[in-house]
Amino acid sequence: MMALVEIKHLTKRFHDFTAVNDVSFAVDRGEVLGFLGPNGAGKSTTMKMITGFLAPDSGSVVVGNDDVIDDPVSVKRRIGYLPEGAPLYSDMTPGQLLQFVGDIRRVPKLAERIGEVVETINLESVLAQPIGTLSKGFKRRVGIAQAILHDPEVLVLDEPTDGLDPNQKHEVRTLINAMAQDKAIILSTHILEEVDAVCTRAIIIARGEIVADGSPEDLERRSPKHNAVVLMVRAAPQAEAAQLLSGLRGSRALESREVGGGVTEYTIYPVDGKSILADVGRLVRERGWTVERLEVDRGGLDEVFRAVTSPQN
Amino acid sequence: MAKVWAIGKRELTGYFSTPIAYVFIIIFLFLSGIFAFYLGDFFGRGQADLVTFFNFHPWLYVFLIPALTMRLWAEERRGGTIELLLTLPVTMMEAVVGKFLATWIFTGIALALTFPMWLTVNYLGEPDNGVIAASYLGSFLMAGAFIAIGSCISALTRNQVIAFVVSLVVCLIFVLSGFPLVLDFFAGWAPEVIVTTISSFSFLTHFDGMSKGVVDLRDIVYFVTLIGFWLYANVILIELKKADL
Repeated sequence: MMALVEIKHLTKRFHDFTAVNDVSFAVDRGEVLGFLGPNGAGKSTTMKMITGFLAPDSGSVVVGNDDVIDDPVSVKRRIGYLPEGAPLYSDMTPGQLLQFVGDIRRVPKLAERIGEVVETINLESVLAQPIGTLSKGFKRRVGIAQAILHDPEVLVLDEPTDGLDPNQKHEVRTLINAMAQDKAIILSTHILEEVDAVCTRAIIIARGEIVADGSPEDLERRSPKHNAVVLMVRAAPQAEAAQLLSGLRGSRALESREVGGGVTEYTIYPVDGKSILADVGRLVRERGWTVERLEVDRGGLDEVFRAVTSPQN
Repeated sequence: MAKVWAIGKRELTGYFSTPIAYVFIIIFLFLSGIFAFYLGDFFGRGQADLVTFFNFHPWLYVFLIPALTMRLWAEERRGGTIELLLTLPVTMMEAVVGKFLATWIFTGIALALTFPMWLTVNYLGEPDNGVIAASYLGSFLMAGAFIAIGSCISALTRNQVIAFVVSLVVCLIFVLSGFPLVLDFFAGWAPEVIVTTISSFSFLTHFDGMSKGVVDLRDIVYFVTLIGFWLYANVILIELKKADL
């Protein structure tokens, strides 16, 4: 059984620069794939190839049973796409634009469907204003509206929440979650919290290559800070505490920092990301330290992101 | 076909949603009138025909049509909307033809609005209306060829001014190659074959016949082929250039 979207060995070169190098992955219905990577890593180029805007130099994109090179129109019919920066015809109104896209996509009962989408995306108030006069947030929403108008099986969203305020970001994420069940969604972002909020899987891409692929939890596990214990204690003899903590079985490294007021913060990094909270807790009780704070770091995606995307050596 | 029309309709509405449409139509009507009456001495000739009116059409088109076509693709590329358009389920040919037809229809509207000239000449005398109809057909076909050139060149650049200037020059070459001055220059030393070849590429040569009322299939084929050629080149150019920012 093939996944809805199958991408194999995709490669794209611009002159002597390799923008995308041998990228392969698959996305199925019900999955929300987060595409992460620094600017210029090849996220947008990959999306442009999936949506049939750019032809790959080698490799294949198959959506449903249609190959984007042999039958681009069928693939485009299955996909809803929000290009980077949400480019739109600025002299048209959102109403005209949706009508235009709906005409080309031959959406059945178009007027009704436009009504539904406009309601979902909250566009009523600007429906008759030229797009050029709209705020960035509204433009982005018009871009999303045209992408979901034909209720596509596959949604490709290039930075859907870029430039939105926190409320609007939340709305878009809620919308994506609501649509996730019966669609395959690929979205790119460099906001890592977004991956936690909406994605079932994340791919990190750097210099045109996939450097990490897994669920957000899997990726967090790769963080050096995963399961690190942060302990703040008052008036403990520093040298002794440091020695005891770093002597713990399962402790790999220790950082300490004076916070002021006689409080010291220790960060204990575990070996292989194994949980050491119980050991730390036992030690604290035995010594009778006054604990100000004790918590486990899950390890942020941003550390993983930095670790896997920074140029090696 | 529905898709071609959807693209064409968007483009045509685009002309009318900005002042471009009105400015173009007014200037076209104004200049074609001025040229016919003053430069062409419409009244002084004492002839009931529109020869002086149609004679200036190639020259009007050389300057005005690039102004219409310069935005067709350059604007899409500059605004990034080309990515929106070409990821809709349309073929490149449908997109190119849709835009071309919109501009052609628009020019047709401007041309149709010169009907008072026709009425005037019928009021003043008894012209050969067949010749006038053939001239209108010729003028419209020639406009199509100019538009196809302009559309293709607009795909070359993101800059509308460059698109305008280059289209103007290319259109001018296609007109001038039949202009007596240019042909005389070649006739002085070049063999007859070359002179005929150069002149056979000119819009003037093919338009002349039609504006005299002779609807020759060869002239129609010439303009239609030219339109087809430039539109095909347009498709290829977009394919090549769409990735460049």
